[in-house]
Amino acid sequence: MKEYNLDDSYITDITEESALSTKDIQVFYGDNHAIFDANLVFPRFKITSLIGASGSGKSTFLRCLNRMNDKIAKVDGKILYRNVDINAPKTNVYEVRKHIGMVFQRPNPFAKSIRDNITFALKNNGVKDKEELNQRLETSLKEAALWDEVKDNLDKSALALSGGQQQRLCIARSIAMRPDILLLDEPASALDPISTSKIEETLKKLSEQYTIIIVTHNLQQASRISDYTAFFHLGHIVEYNKTVKVFTNPKMKATDDYVSGNFG
Amino acid sequence: MNAKKVDKIANVVIYTIVALVVILLLAILGYILFNGVPDISWHFLTSAAQSFSSGGGIRDQLFNSLYLLVLTIIVSLPIGLGAGIYLSEYASDNWFTDLIRTSVEVLSSLPSVVVGLFGYLLFVIKLNLGFSILSGAIALTFFNLPLLTRNIEESLRGVPNLQREAGMSLGLSNWKTTTKIVLPAALPGILTGLILSAGRIFGEAAALIYTAGQSAPTVDYGNWNIFSSTSFLNPMRPAETLAVHIWKVNTESVTPDAHLISSASSAVLIIVILIFNLGARFLGNKLYKKITATK
Repeated sequence: MKEYNLDDSYITDITEESALSTKDIQVFYGDNHAIFDANLVFPRFKITSLIGASGSGKSTFLRCLNRMNDKIAKVDGKILYRNVDINAPKTNVYEVRKHIGMVFQRPNPFAKSIRDNITFALKNNGVKDKEELNQRLETSLKEAALWDEVKDNLDKSALALSGGQQQRLCIARSIAMRPDILLLDEPASALDPISTSKIEETLKKLSEQYTIIIVTHNLQQASRISDYTAFFHLGHIVEYNKTVKVFTNPKMKATDDYVSGNFG
Repeated sequence: MNAKKVDKIANVVIYTIVALVVILLLAILGYILFNGVPDISWHFLTSAAQSFSSGGGIRDQLFNSLYLLVLTIIVSLPIGLGAGIYLSEYASDNWFTDLIRTSVEVLSSLPSVVVGLFGYLLFVIKLNLGFSILSGAIALTFFNLPLLTRNIEESLRGVPNLQREAGMSLGLSNWKTTTKIVLPAALPGILTGLILSAGRIFGEAAALIYTAGQSAPTVDYGNWNIFSSTSFLNPMRPAETLAVHIWKVNTESVTPDAHLISSASSAVLIIVILIFNLGARFLGNKLYKKITATK
């Protein structure tokens, strides 16, 4: 593997309104230092891609943002959401996760009906009104572009859906909670091209109402859908800039090599 | 020798061993059923046992076995669930949980007669429970708990971690995620394990001889007051179970038809356990299909 100076980085200043920002995030798995000084500002209602090779720390970083690394890793530093440090020990993580939803690499619908998949978390968070539950069910499925395919089978098991449909159901499940921010960890990597393009369309539409942060291995995907891109290498953020600039005019040698395929 | 030949020999050896096992099991099963089934009659199942004359049945023993089974499950299921949930969902891997797991394993390999004698000393004598269904149920809980806990833990662990992460990412608490998402998904496995353990409980004799006792006092099946000493539901009465009855009839019975009674009782025991096993499969599969919608 080529050697790069990892202390050198190019992080652009974000002038737009920030939805979430991190300050000096460090992640340790035991003695293994996995993320070094991650400082990023995620602009509101934009899609930000996190790219990088396997093991570069992008998923680890993403999972810090809604505290999914609790119990797994030690996370130091600040994560500011609405001027509150949500990485503080006394933060109510359950509350955080209601505002910052997550969709995972492999579709993971609950072993329940399609309807219950969406409404389960809502009911547990105090939404009892039937009208409202149905309303949320319909809008979130519509937002995730799944409604037309499942509207006649809402009481069928979610596990009977195809992989692509399951993943859109998982997106619908997340947005039914009306989060501010949606984190996606390689949401399309286990899907075929047609399902992938449906997911991408869905994300594009969702970015009008949600701030989206997506980890992806697929560089075309990053360039197609995202407004901003951060390039991770060995736990360091090497470059963060507008997606167009990262792909056409990268400032760092490592980024240039990675996006042009000369990496490693 | 070439690879093909080695494979062939291995196949022959493996199939022979499998065939041996199957033949052996079928032979035992067949022998018991063949000898016992002809003597099973409605009269045999519904009349009381006789001490000295022939023509006795197993009504009370059969009921005692079932009642003891229900009581044992009522006692052991909540404990097993709690321990299983703790071990799979809450415990971190350290020396303490290792200790728990080792203890559970040791407990599961304890001979049942030792469990029985322990139960006799502690519950029957020390705690003054006497020979009773309750003493028997507690002793059987000791006997049953390790495997039940193990089974529940394994079933819960079998649920993919992604399910837990999904619950967490929606802001659900650990407890809600466990009880409402993980537990339902693990239910088919837990149910199968529970029914199989019911079979073990049903056939257990050694642990019961000194705890539930060897006598089956006449009870009134119309008396629903569980505190009445003649009620069939009274958990404080001694209760000889079917398995204990078989042992007793074979060792010290003076009835002329002792052989017949023990054969028929054995057949009934085996049939009930077969029903449990087949039922476990059927129910487990059905639940699994219902949950995963693979019809």
